[in-house]
Amino acid sequence: MTASLRAATAESGARPRPRRQNRVFTFRRLTALLAGVVPGSLIVIVVFLAIYAWPAVRFNGLGFLADNSWNLGSLYGNPITVRGQQILPGAHYGILFLIAGTLLSTAIALCLAVPIGVGAAMLLAEGVPPVLRSWFSFFVELLAAIPSVVYGLWGYVVVIPFLGHHVYPFMVRWLGFIPFFGGPAGSGYGLLTAGLVLTLMIVPLITATLRDALVTQPATLREAAVALGATRFETLWTVLLPAVRRVLIGSSILATGRALGETMAVLMVSGNALNYLPGNIYTPISTMASFIVSQLDSALQDPTGMAVRSLAEVALVLCLISIVVNSLARFLIYYEGRQSGRAA
Amino acid sequence: MDATAVDLRGAGGLLLRRRLFDYLGWGLSALAFLLLGGAMLWILLVVFRRGVGALTPTLITQVTQGTGGGLLNAIQGTLVLATGGLLLAVPPGLAAGIYLAEFDHGPWAPTIRFLSDVLVGVPSIVIGYFSYVTMVVGLGWKFSVAAGSVALAIISLPYICRTSEMAIRQVPRAMREAAYALGASDGTVARTVYLPMALPGILTGVLLALAISVGETAPLLYTAGWSNYLWTGHLTNEPIGYLTYAIWAFITEPFASAHALAYAAAFLVTLFVLVLSILSRLALDQNAGWRRRRS
Repeated sequence: MTASLRAATAESGARPRPRRQNRVFTFRRLTALLAGVVPGSLIVIVVFLAIYAWPAVRFNGLGFLADNSWNLGSLYGNPITVRGQQILPGAHYGILFLIAGTLLSTAIALCLAVPIGVGAAMLLAEGVPPVLRSWFSFFVELLAAIPSVVYGLWGYVVVIPFLGHHVYPFMVRWLGFIPFFGGPAGSGYGLLTAGLVLTLMIVPLITATLRDALVTQPATLREAAVALGATRFETLWTVLLPAVRRVLIGSSILATGRALGETMAVLMVSGNALNYLPGNIYTPISTMASFIVSQLDSALQDPTGMAVRSLAEVALVLCLISIVVNSLARFLIYYEGRQSGRAA
Repeated sequence: MDATAVDLRGAGGLLLRRRLFDYLGWGLSALAFLLLGGAMLWILLVVFRRGVGALTPTLITQVTQGTGGGLLNAIQGTLVLATGGLLLAVPPGLAAGIYLAEFDHGPWAPTIRFLSDVLVGVPSIVIGYFSYVTMVVGLGWKFSVAAGSVALAIISLPYICRTSEMAIRQVPRAMREAAYALGASDGTVARTVYLPMALPGILTGVLLALAISVGETAPLLYTAGWSNYLWTGHLTNEPIGYLTYAIWAFITEPFASAHALAYAAAFLVTLFVLVLSILSRLALDQNAGWRRRRS
């Protein structure tokens, strides 16, 4: 809106009006108030999780992130007081194995999703006729629409038996010399399976964003490269792809955020390990998100409530990680938007 | 193209290398695409083949009994929870979209936009646990429609907000200026000018939010709970069933009847989500076509 127009509307607002002139609840203020619900819910989530988890934060200290033990203590013992908090005797909470499981499964997913996502985006942006492009893209992006629990069902029913019987034993035999690829091959539940399912879930984010960025690159870039004698693929690889580097980084970070917080699919294929670190890529793991679902029932058995509060601390840590990751990605994408906006 | 090939025939080695690079590049890209398309087909095949095999009339006439029976309670619950989530999320989401698109001056709009984008990235299980801690335990609502709907509303809020903003932004400035010049107030301009024009785009966001609500599991497990019975209309203190729970809980049971329920539920959820995705895609295409004609 231009400044003059804004001034004009302001003036008309100042003129006395005969009917329903509400000075306090103008339309603008009303939308602003309701809009506040959106950032408000984010703030409320962090604040209330932090308040609820605070006794656990006090009791667990820094060992929470460094130890490998999720132990509710003796459920039949009388509660004792440690560091001002009531706990069951022997209770100790450390989630290093969850952090390891979360980061490793996300890392595997990212290592596979970035090359696959870039390849598919290149094909969709430059390799298929524009008539087919939108429907081919839509088909791939449907991967993002499939609910997490359906991925979990698919993984549980078909992928795990297939990988566990036919693929992992072969990988152990032929790729066993690579560190962490050696046996035992396990049953199919584990780190690599979780990583593979996560890959499919996050690839559409990378492909969709990157394809849009590639398609909207200025035609002059293409023309310049073709004029120098580059083939279509050379143009794409040496000119267009470097031009959208920041979008690729931003969308990969967004995809990372999605993988870190994925719950149901991971819960159903990861094997839900407790208190140990993975020895190879076939070992069962747990992630922070899936652990919250799988442990709340047993945490409720703790009469002092410390287990439930410690789970809230897990949720808080996960929430903070995802906020940092997403802020970073949004910052990069905004920056890119401003840059290309200035160039155009 | 042919001319270059003739020119470079002398430099055969270089040309060969460039040709190989080309073929290799396109080949790997096609492979990546085929991997994704193949996985998509595989998932759909598994869900539809097994799902169709598990469809029986009793699914929609009976409620769940132990590990058998039907899914009437779950279908009803999914619809109730998704509707509740939408009712709670659309007013603030749409208002936020209007605010971001129309009154985008000062520091507030960028802040809201940024925090909304961060909220999209907060894992749904975190929102579910927050709802459990505050509403199920804190407010004493127990497992209930209210707690589940609020959790779903928080999840769909940023989607509705950002798609409405984009849809409203695409309405030409001149339209609003004409309305303002005639003396229309902010509210009148919204109601008569840009909201009707942005409706397809806004609907896209609402359909997207609905698809997400229907497909969510994690935030409902500890807010809505699960119930074998039909919902009797209480907003609090009454757990409710939903389809995604049936998928997760029944596939790990050792009984064939439970597996059939899980497959049927997966079929219904996937079908619903696919139809919604295609509908919102068509709405978007129509919107894009309208924009192309305009420019």
